[in-house]
Amino acid sequence: MPFAIEVEDLEKTFKGDIRALSGVTFSVEEGTVFGLLGPNGAGKTTVVRILTTILQPDVGLARVLGHDVVREPDVVRTLFGLAGQYAAVDENLTGRENLVMVSRLNNMSKSASRQRAGELLGEFDLVDASDRVLKTYSGGMRRRLDVAAALVTRPRVLFLDEPTTGLDPKSRNDLWDVIEQLVATGTTVLLTTQYLDEADRLAQRIAVVDHGQVISQGTPTELKANFGDSVLELGFANEGDASKAITSLTALGGHPAHLLGTSVEMTLEGGAANVISALRTLDDVELAPTTFAVREPSLDDVFLSLTGHQAVDAAPAGDLDAATASKRQRRGGRAQ
Amino acid sequence: MSAITDATAMTPLFRLRRATRNTATLTWRNLMGYLRIPEALFFSSVQPVMFVLLFRYVFGGAIQVTGQAYVDYLMPGIFVQTVAFGAVSTSIGLAEDLQKGIIERFRALPIARSAVLAGRTSADLIRNVIVVAIITAVGYAVGFRVTTSVLGYLAGVGILLLFAYALSWGFAVIGLSAPNSETAQVMSFPILFPLTFASSAFVPVQKMPSWLQGYATHQPVSVVVDATRVLMTGGPTTTLVWEALVWCIGIFIVLAPIAVWRYRSRA
Repeated sequence: MPFAIEVEDLEKTFKGDIRALSGVTFSVEEGTVFGLLGPNGAGKTTVVRILTTILQPDVGLARVLGHDVVREPDVVRTLFGLAGQYAAVDENLTGRENLVMVSRLNNMSKSASRQRAGELLGEFDLVDASDRVLKTYSGGMRRRLDVAAALVTRPRVLFLDEPTTGLDPKSRNDLWDVIEQLVATGTTVLLTTQYLDEADRLAQRIAVVDHGQVISQGTPTELKANFGDSVLELGFANEGDASKAITSLTALGGHPAHLLGTSVEMTLEGGAANVISALRTLDDVELAPTTFAVREPSLDDVFLSLTGHQAVDAAPAGDLDAATASKRQRRGGRAQ
Repeated sequence: MSAITDATAMTPLFRLRRATRNTATLTWRNLMGYLRIPEALFFSSVQPVMFVLLFRYVFGGAIQVTGQAYVDYLMPGIFVQTVAFGAVSTSIGLAEDLQKGIIERFRALPIARSAVLAGRTSADLIRNVIVVAIITAVGYAVGFRVTTSVLGYLAGVGILLLFAYALSWGFAVIGLSAPNSETAQVMSFPILFPLTFASSAFVPVQKMPSWLQGYATHQPVSVVVDATRVLMTGGPTTTLVWEALVWCIGIFIVLAPIAVWRYRSRA
């Protein structure tokens, strides 16, 4: 079986003609981490909900370890673990009770459930908190317990739906370490994220999703070739200067420079050498930037280079509705 | 792990055992939820106690019932009112689970489809057993006496619990239709008030205006109250008990499938 997850031409329209997915196709090789990268409302969570049998697609195929999610949902449900941004764990139970409950619901015996809960609490560094009610857990601890709950059956496939959204940097790093350890044991992971650095760090392949479609797909290196290693941000006194700067910088070749008000953004390959040559070019035409910064590329930059618009601004009213619709779905909106 | 990876393992017997086991697990989970918020448990039993005191000592003196002490007339009414109000917790619990996304998580687990609703209504049934025991004790403290027999009392409690269980499925429909738990709660009261107060629970129906008497005599709360009352404090039982059973089973047969349908289409 070459692919652990296969998705073909998935389409899904929610009530009120809200198109969440319009033909999504990708495959994930067994034992790899695949990142679905995109802004809110792009359709990432809808893909995960279809793959985890929570939602049925209107059109298209989805398979987990070769099993069709629509025709064999009972089998598929025994194959994967799911954890996500909402950390759907029970607040009134302790960490241990949550893990025992999920193990029991996975049809494990009482003693096996207890034993597995103990193991996972140790692996996820929750031993001290194991008999405390979840209400007393921090956001990072909850998220760790949520991932632990997804692993009770040692599934070969793990879905992580925005696992670090809303976490502080320390908790994010901790969770990344956990995910990396999992991958080392051969688990296939489908990760959705809004963060480029997260996808870059964890995923071997990334699909960039926008408006329910995959707009680009490849290894992080391949994608980065599209949007450079770093972004140069220059502010100018007025739009006139900024436009002149664009003209000079464009003459350098390489990535196009973008005008954002009175500032200019340009993605650059390589390191310092290119920054120096860009600044030298401006100095030659006597343009002095008022502000200057070099930063890592963000999701916005990816979108800017792939679609010509920014990720946040990219979502029109309809697409934001899709986000709300999928949220309402989760809360109990109609499934079909 | 005992995970099933082969569809042929899903025999009817396996499915039945799985449904039972999953329901037991979720019943435990829901009961733990009640235990972990003792304040909610405390105040939800304070309310019926207040009703007992209110009707026994404040309104009771002004209400005339024939043939028995008012406290003996009152307590069966309090029992039914308490379990009817308690059914709201079914709707709140389900609405909360939907809201928090935990039901969605359950749907991604290899569990029986029926387990979420069965686990919720079973937990509420067990909660009702405890509440009925508390109210019985309070009743005894204010002078209520079962004048038939222990068997009569137990039969009355049986009907009461059957009614409570059937009603839970009805309130599950509300919980699964409400956008959140607060709304589920406010949606429940307009249904409960006419049922519990325009009934024979606190005052004899004969004292109501004639246009109300027809409804008040035959609506389910009155019938169940009357059946419980004759079983605990004496009177001709057969017709009333049958009528009560028909109501309980009827409510369950009509509302349980609607709850299941709401669950399937909404969760």
